[in-house]
Amino acid sequence: MVNATSSTDFHDSINQTSRFPNGFWAANKNALMTIAIWMIAASVSGLFLWILFDILTQGLPTVTWDFLTKAPRNAGREGGIGPIIISTIFVLGVAIAVSVPVGVGTAILLAEVTQAESVFASFVRRSLDVLAGVPSIVFGLFGNSFFCLYLGLGFSILSGGLTLACMVLPILIRATEEGIRSVPKEYRFGAAALGLSRSATLFRLVLPAAVPGIVVGLVLGIGRALAETAALIFTSGYVDRMPGSVFDSGRVLSVHIFDLSMNVAGGDRHAYGSALVLVMILFSINTIVTWIAHRWLQNRIITT
Amino acid sequence: MNSQDHHCPPGKCKSTDGVTIGPVEQGPPCCVPHPLIRVQNLAVSYGKKRVLGDISLTINRGCVTALIGPSGCGKTSFLSSLNRLTDLIPGCRVEGEISLGSLDVRATKDVMALRRRVGMIFQKPNPFPLSIRKNIEMPLKEHGVRNRHERLEIIESVLQDVGLWDEVKDRLDASALSLSGGQQQRLCIARAIALRPEVLLLDEPCSALDPIASGVVEELLTSFRGRYTIVVVTHNLQQARRIADYAAFFWTAEGTGRLIEHGSGERIFEAPQQPLTIAYVNGKAG
Repeated sequence: MVNATSSTDFHDSINQTSRFPNGFWAANKNALMTIAIWMIAASVSGLFLWILFDILTQGLPTVTWDFLTKAPRNAGREGGIGPIIISTIFVLGVAIAVSVPVGVGTAILLAEVTQAESVFASFVRRSLDVLAGVPSIVFGLFGNSFFCLYLGLGFSILSGGLTLACMVLPILIRATEEGIRSVPKEYRFGAAALGLSRSATLFRLVLPAAVPGIVVGLVLGIGRALAETAALIFTSGYVDRMPGSVFDSGRVLSVHIFDLSMNVAGGDRHAYGSALVLVMILFSINTIVTWIAHRWLQNRIITT
Repeated sequence: MNSQDHHCPPGKCKSTDGVTIGPVEQGPPCCVPHPLIRVQNLAVSYGKKRVLGDISLTINRGCVTALIGPSGCGKTSFLSSLNRLTDLIPGCRVEGEISLGSLDVRATKDVMALRRRVGMIFQKPNPFPLSIRKNIEMPLKEHGVRNRHERLEIIESVLQDVGLWDEVKDRLDASALSLSGGQQQRLCIARAIALRPEVLLLDEPCSALDPIASGVVEELLTSFRGRYTIVVVTHNLQQARRIADYAAFFWTAEGTGRLIEHGSGERIFEAPQQPLTIAYVNGKAG
């Protein structure tokens, strides 16, 4: 409340502040905020570019056809990473082959069969959230004691892939469930009104419309799986020979990088080369998955 | 088209069957006052809240029955209980008797077959995110029309029936979502009649459309008279007056929707008996 009898100076000072509140800062507030936000964004991209630049400059000279195909020699200081790439792809393949059906099935159960508020569904969902936050080393120990020892699979690509599948599942299930739930209920009512069965509605309408969600989960999951080191040291092992089958032990790229940079003196050059290959594999798998999903959706003309 | 042309007295219709399959032109010229759907003491509740109570109504074969009344008086619930779409709503309970011909709607185990006989069109056009062709083809496949040629013939004939064929015949494989609102609604109608239903339930089919598209759909409904039994919820009283052979007026009393008056369209709109109906159709209530 401004007192009517206050001095003219007081009024002037109010007018002054309202015309030029806080001087420079207020006049340029928007511009400064814009610059600050741009700088934050630029530093994030800069960090990424720096890492990429570092890996590219250090790794590119190492990556030759021989490096990609030959077996490692002298603890990885010489030779190539052929068997390691194969092991990586095998482990990832096992993880995806197991986690996608189980994950999509669980997501269907959560989103379609059970009520969103039911005790069972919220229990499953809570468990998944906890699982998603469990450190990978714990998954490694679990995989080692359950798959390697209890089920007798030993140090093998199968054990590693199954352990990774357990790690990827929570991400995949939650993303797929969100995808299924985001399908408009008009489609379900429309389908029911046409006398379509529940399974026809699910497979012909709901799941195709949920594919973008599934792809997001898959891309995140593949990223997590390829980056995994701790869980795989305990399960798929260290052996850098070419795997004959999924029952053989195999060393994946991330384990190889870890080994070269930590345990092998003079292995840095090949560690960088392997890191570059890992980044390229991750990038190309994600591109391919996204592209296939996109093409498939285009064929079904689902444009959401 | 004038509804009076179609509203001929009983016994003067060319066909007394009431339902014909084939191009629209072959339908009988008027509806037959022969009951197809009988509703006795219907009540619908969501959880503990009763939204509709004490509804007894007969719907005649081949006629257009308009349900009118203010929003929230249970017209949509009434419609959904006729094809058991209320099953999809958690906590929804339906009591009373509903029969479709000799079929007990509430007791039937084969809901899919019931819904095939009773098609439904929604307020908001809801074509599936598929191509125009697949929108019609997919339900046909699911209902066991195995022969591809047969499906294509049905697709063409129903698109002709809704007047969409000439507009879309060159882009049947384009996304159904690329159509305009009015075209989408007509596609939904085509999709429903492709299954050869006896009854079409329409829940405010024109309220999301512009006046021109709305006029097209209205004309379509008029042309369906005699061929399908039509139950249409509408808030557009002029439209109801134009198309309805019969009209039922719903009103909410103490939170529960009730049927106030039911009779031929002329009687409800020109000479209503109940004070509430008089006020509503003259625009003084609701």
